[in-house]
Amino acid sequence: MVSANGPAQGSESAEKETGFSFFPFLITFVLMFVTWIVLSGKFDALLLGLGVISSLMIAYFFHDLLFPNVKPGVMRVCFKFLQFIPWLILEIVKANFHLLFLVFHPRMKEMIDPHIIVFKTNLKSDLAITTLANSITLTPGTITVTASRDGVFRVHAIDRPSAESLPGVMLEKVANVFGETL
Amino acid sequence: MDILVIICLVLGFLFFLGGAVGILRMPDFYSSLHPAGKLDTLGILAMVMGLALYNLHHFSLEAVLVSIKMFLIVFFVFLSSPTATHSIVDAGMRAGLRPWTQKKGKE
Repeated sequence: MVSANGPAQGSESAEKETGFSFFPFLITFVLMFVTWIVLSGKFDALLLGLGVISSLMIAYFFHDLLFPNVKPGVMRVCFKFLQFIPWLILEIVKANFHLLFLVFHPRMKEMIDPHIIVFKTNLKSDLAITTLANSITLTPGTITVTASRDGVFRVHAIDRPSAESLPGVMLEKVANVFGETL
Repeated sequence: MDILVIICLVLGFLFFLGGAVGILRMPDFYSSLHPAGKLDTLGILAMVMGLALYNLHHFSLEAVLVSIKMFLIVFFVFLSSPTATHSIVDAGMRAGLRPWTQKKGKE
C-alpha cells in the first residue's frame, strides 16, 4: 500500500512543480509573436506562419522562465506599473536637469557632497526591490550600492538635496504598485 | 514637427555633452559614475525620440515599425544601464575603495 502510494505522490508533486500552466504560456507566446512582427515587419503568410511556429515552440519550452510564478493579481500590478512609468520618467527628467546644472557649475566641488545613506524598507518581493533599486539608480544624484533581500538599501548620493528626497515618495509609489505595506 | 525633432536632438546632445564633461570633472570614481550612467540614459531617450519623430515624416506602417524598433533600444538601455551602474559601484565597494567626501571645517 505504502509502496504503491509513494511513487504516485512523488510524481504528482513533481508535476505541480514543472507542470504546464496555460497563462504564462499565453503571455510568453503573445510577447514573442509581437516581437517577431515588430522585428520582421513583413506580413506574408509564410513569415507569419514561421513566426507562429517558432513563438509556440519558445513559449512551450520557456514559459516557466520568463514568468515563474503568476498570481491572480498580476494584471492589476501591470496596470499600476504602467501608471508608475510616466511619473518615473518625469522624475528622471527633473533630476537630470539638476545633475546637468551641477556638472556645468564652475564651483561644482563645493556644491556636491557625496555620502552614503542607509535605509530599511519593508518590501518583500524580489521584483519590488529590484524596481526600487533601478528607479533609485535611474534618478540622478543617487546610485544604489547594495539592495539586500530583506529590504535594506545602501545608496550613494551626490549631494544633500537628492539624498533628502530619498526613501520617501518613490518608496510609497513602488510599494503601492506591488501592493506591499510600507 | 521639425522644430520638435531639433529640440529633441539638441536636448540629447546636451545630455551627452554633460555626461562626458561630468565624467571628467567629478572628483572620484563613484561620483563620476553618476553622470556616466544617467545623463547618457536620458540623452539616448531624447535623441531616439527625435529620430523616431523624424522617421515618421512619411507616415506608413513600415515607418511606425522602425520607430517601435528604435524605442525597443531605449527600453533595453533603460533596463541595462542602471543595472550596469549598480554592479560597477558594487564592485568598487567590494574592492574597498572609499568614496570621496567633502572635507568640512578644514579650510
